[in-house]
Amino acid sequence: MVQNGFPQNVAIAGVYEHPSRFSPNKTEFQIMAESAKGALDDAGLTRNDVDGLFGASMSMGLMGIVDLAEYLDLYPDYLDGTNIGGSSFVAHVSHAAAAINAGLCNVALVLYGSTAASNSMAIGTGGSGGSKNPDVAFSTPYGMTTVGSYAMYAKLHMETFGTTSEQLAEIAVTMRKHAALNPLAKMRTPISIDDVLSSRMISRPLHLLDCCIISDGGGAIVVTSAERARDLRKTPVSILGSSEAVQHQGTGYNDLLTIAAKQSGEVAFGQAGVSREDIDLAMIYDSFTITVLATLENLGFCEPGEGGDFVSNAGIALGSKLPVNPDGGGMSSNHPGMRGIFLVIEAVKQLRNECEARQVSGAEIALAHGTGGTIGDKHSGATLILGIDR
Amino acid sequence: MVVKPDSASFPPPNAQPHASWETRGFWEGAGRGELVLQWCTECSAVQHKPRGLCVDCLSDEGLVHFVASGEGTVHSFTVTEQNQAKGFVDVCPYIMAYIRLAEGPRILSAITECDPDSVAIGSSVRAAFVAQERTDEEAFAVPVFHLC
Repeated sequence: MVQNGFPQNVAIAGVYEHPSRFSPNKTEFQIMAESAKGALDDAGLTRNDVDGLFGASMSMGLMGIVDLAEYLDLYPDYLDGTNIGGSSFVAHVSHAAAAINAGLCNVALVLYGSTAASNSMAIGTGGSGGSKNPDVAFSTPYGMTTVGSYAMYAKLHMETFGTTSEQLAEIAVTMRKHAALNPLAKMRTPISIDDVLSSRMISRPLHLLDCCIISDGGGAIVVTSAERARDLRKTPVSILGSSEAVQHQGTGYNDLLTIAAKQSGEVAFGQAGVSREDIDLAMIYDSFTITVLATLENLGFCEPGEGGDFVSNAGIALGSKLPVNPDGGGMSSNHPGMRGIFLVIEAVKQLRNECEARQVSGAEIALAHGTGGTIGDKHSGATLILGIDR
Repeated sequence: MVVKPDSASFPPPNAQPHASWETRGFWEGAGRGELVLQWCTECSAVQHKPRGLCVDCLSDEGLVHFVASGEGTVHSFTVTEQNQAKGFVDVCPYIMAYIRLAEGPRILSAITECDPDSVAIGSSVRAAFVAQERTDEEAFAVPVFHLC
């Protein structure tokens, strides 16, 4: 574990969530560019101030970050196209903080855009077609899907700890309740635990309503030094801790129930010097209900196996000790494939007290944890702890 | 024993393994009806998936293939009821599982030829091998598992 005073005096100065949930007439880069304008306006900066460019998307591959720089006609001093799945943007904020602390750039722009919904992309349930890649030969013949991997995690969790489908359903119900308070959310009609349990089975034990939705969307984050942020338009949100980790099959022996969040969370909490009780709200990647439960346990908000009880009886709803995803999350607000950026954006807006009906009152310290890839198989995790001084 | 699939069997015909030189031993072994794993004679590690060297000690000299027992227990599983991918649409529901092999490592596979409700975590299973029709010359088969 590395703890040498990082991060030091770095802040998020601007954020923007693209309001669109369905944009058939836009491209990924267009959504990113519109988001860039939104976040720069939010900060009171212009494109000429940007000297660090960070970005990832479902289609950006080799040279993708260079393509993005060309689209935006930017000439930054620092480029980072790290793509570790949905957690990428949480990691980008961490990398931006490191680059700023090292003096490699001063104003970092983090971008995401996606047209997953208008492309009718089957993100979670389209696994294992006829790939000729030897690297995937150990999953291709078996019909591995994203949801299937999470389902095997859920099944093992249920067997090990007695976690129930009702407890998982409560997470989906809470996310929908929150979404009803978010005018931008895609799914706002309330649902019950019975609705989740009676929705069609996708991969046992996960039902349709245990899964996130698929939308278009995008967003942007501006990271800069605390010193620079102080003179900008909005109250700076300080980066108190940030770390990333991976978990995978290794050589076939790793504990399936231990996820990357355990490692990244420990480091981030250590950097921030805060305890779990100090966190006023948590933005947790909710690709599936089980993702939230697994992440809460692995971040140490409760003991392994206690996640089911923790989320029950509105345990993570607004008004509880630890409100999770007040925006409605990926289950009900938006999920364009790589949701990590929205975790950071909502955390910043909450700390700036801009969230109206879904505002966590008096929120001063927030945590965001992104998961990329598939829990139950190989995945990345990135944890960010943010704070605001009033 | 290597069995020939009928038209509705698992895995679907379009989902075929392709090998690199590192993984060829595994797939050729399956073609002979053997579950082949790697063992490092220098550090004694058993690893899956196969690699060109032992990642425990980074030695490539001591790494050998061996025929595993094909026995294991169900570590976790899911009955997949929806998969839009070509081929798999036609075989839903199917049982995807992690099998804890008697030799130690966990392997992703499928449990076939049983009622999904009869599978439980901890169930004993034994490897079976499905040879698919292929358009290339490879004598590969896909290891699946059956309840004992």
